[in-house]
Amino acid sequence: MNIATQAAQIGLEWDTRTGAVTVPIYQTATFRHPGLGQSTGYDYTRSGNPTRQALEEGIARLEGGARGFAYASGMAAIANLLLLFRKGDHLVVTEDLYGGTYRLFEQVFGQYDLAFTYVDTSDVEAVRAAIRPETRALFVESLTNPLLKVADLPALSALCRERGLLCIVDNTFLTPYLLRPFDHGADITVYSATKYLAGHNDTVSGLVAVKDPQLAERVYFHQNSVGAVLGPQDSWLTIRGMKTLSVRLDRQQENALKIARWLAAHPLVRKVYYPGLESHPGHAILKRDARGFGAMIAFEVTEHPLVEQLLLKTRLISFAESLGGVETLITFPEVQTHADIEPEIRRRLGINNVLLRLSVGIEDGEDLIADLAQAFR
Amino acid sequence: MKFATKLIHNGHACDPATGALSVPICQASTFRQESAEEFGKYDYTRSGNPTREALEDAVAQMENGAHAYAFASGMAAISSALLLFSPGDHIVVCEDVYGGTYRVLTSLFSRLGIASSFVDATDLDALAAAIRPETKALFLETPSNPLMKITDLKGAAELARSRGLLTIVDNTFMTPYLQRPLDLGCDIVLHSGTKFLNGHSDVLCGFAVTKDQTLGKRLRFVQNAFGAVLGPQDSWLVLRGLKTLKVRMEESQKGAGRIAAWLTGQKRVTRVCYPGLADHPGHEVHAAQSAGPGAVLSFTLESYELTRRLLEGSELCAFAVSLGGVETIISYPARMSHAAVPKEEREKKGISDTLVRLSVGLEDPDDLIADLDKALNG
Repeated sequence: MNIATQAAQIGLEWDTRTGAVTVPIYQTATFRHPGLGQSTGYDYTRSGNPTRQALEEGIARLEGGARGFAYASGMAAIANLLLLFRKGDHLVVTEDLYGGTYRLFEQVFGQYDLAFTYVDTSDVEAVRAAIRPETRALFVESLTNPLLKVADLPALSALCRERGLLCIVDNTFLTPYLLRPFDHGADITVYSATKYLAGHNDTVSGLVAVKDPQLAERVYFHQNSVGAVLGPQDSWLTIRGMKTLSVRLDRQQENALKIARWLAAHPLVRKVYYPGLESHPGHAILKRDARGFGAMIAFEVTEHPLVEQLLLKTRLISFAESLGGVETLITFPEVQTHADIEPEIRRRLGINNVLLRLSVGIEDGEDLIADLAQAFR
Repeated sequence: MKFATKLIHNGHACDPATGALSVPICQASTFRQESAEEFGKYDYTRSGNPTREALEDAVAQMENGAHAYAFASGMAAISSALLLFSPGDHIVVCEDVYGGTYRVLTSLFSRLGIASSFVDATDLDALAAAIRPETKALFLETPSNPLMKITDLKGAAELARSRGLLTIVDNTFMTPYLQRPLDLGCDIVLHSGTKFLNGHSDVLCGFAVTKDQTLGKRLRFVQNAFGAVLGPQDSWLVLRGLKTLKVRMEESQKGAGRIAAWLTGQKRVTRVCYPGLADHPGHEVHAAQSAGPGAVLSFTLESYELTRRLLEGSELCAFAVSLGGVETIISYPARMSHAAVPKEEREKKGISDTLVRLSVGLEDPDDLIADLDKALNG
């Protein structure tokens, strides 16, 4: 079944009692037991809640995985995955990683003797060279934040299999609608569902899908033990968002390509990063593996004062953190999303003081271009 | 300002923009910024959300703390607080700690290199004896779950301070209405806000509260970095629940006292654990450090058959996990709250197969007693 169909139907058949076509919001902490040693299948919302479960089954189905898990935020989802590892374990990680993930790895998990090596994961040989005897996993962003580097997932997952590593993919920028990492050999996918999956900038949530049922059991153990679960209301909002995932992304990608081309021709723009442009180094890989190129654009302006000018003068485009919503947002990665990365690393990666990131929404593309044009003037 | 008034007028009682008497539910993940140099107070909901903040401020105020942080569940609050510790650190924990806390300590934080010892915290000497050079904190529940054992919080906090340790108290059973551990010298208060604070069995949430600025900053760092935050809708529901905390607690406590007294007179009931009973071990200590015995009690029955009959036969008491709601909940610790504790450990701690825990709700106590009577003796 097409992903658009699956997404539109999440929770549809849940409520057999009333026939309601959306899953009810089960705003309950606990569930009454019919008898000793008997359970309805639900005991306590931390361990399982029907609304959350509909979402978890939804993401598992979209991904083609054994199970899905919903968390209080994207960071909570990633943090829970790191609990799979123990002292002394090592992970190879995408270097231009989301700043919050970097902070979590270095400042929270670093102290528990988990070690991380950051490499350019668009370079398979660089990943191979970083693997050590104690390496347990590769953590890769399929499309990186903010520089939009593309990972060659079939090659990376083959390498992981060969060396016995888990292949964990943060697929936030692409979503299963555009790319299904399990089809290309990955073991676990993780999402800040706050972004494209929920898609309305109105809920903070994280999702994980696991391909293998046994590995999924271990992930469940931590979800239940640590309890960083997503509430029923937010689970329902995320489901509601996912139903329009395909139409939103279709429009967002269309707009993004128009804007990227327009930016590339603008005299005050020095560089445009968008994988939908044929000149982008990852273009061919996404063309082969994915249904599209997403709706995130990064670009460099010719001089720093233009940064503030654009951030403040755009009217339709909001200056705000986050991405993936129906509204177009503009951010300044150096001081917003990637502030926790050391300045030297940031500079080396290309996250500099003239780099801006656009999350393209579903407004009319011409209006967005007109807004950018007036802000540049 | 007295406690009941604080619950209603907590500084967020009125929305300044519209005059609404209830805090708006700010269901936004991100916030539009005005300046590229200086961001506004809110930028991303994981880092700060106005609805969640109103709740955090209210809870901080109730506990006489300075900083409170709201989490996706009680376990998320506990786990986040435990992330303050580093490999090689050791924590002394009261022995009949909640099973979920026992599980994260023994199967998760142990793997991260954080060790814990479980001791009888009713005995300050036993607590002192368990302290090692690498011990960093005491982790206490009083009354404990489910045996309602009492720890002298002032004594424990003094001991901890003299040895350079933090005192962390899970105050879920009492709520700040009945007991304020920060006032007694403890450093961090944790809550499963799912229980009495929210009080309606309809939200999962947790809190960590402290008075200390440095600890507050460290907890905030973990909350934001790990991201196990409470959503805006749930935050609002808990704010709503808090408004009736005092009236709910008082009424439930009254009911619990009546039921405890009644159970004590039942010949098929072999033991009743409730700090409000004059012969409960630690009764005096509890009376000195709190404003009441609370609304949770546990008791043992003469046989497993009778235990089962009660759990399944009671009509008004919902047989379910959790506690602290407006509904009376009857639960079976051996297979529910403490199922994560190995059987041998559990029995050593007194959590036997005939132990039942009752969280008394807002029903009329006469109806509850009649229901229990029918299930036990009928």
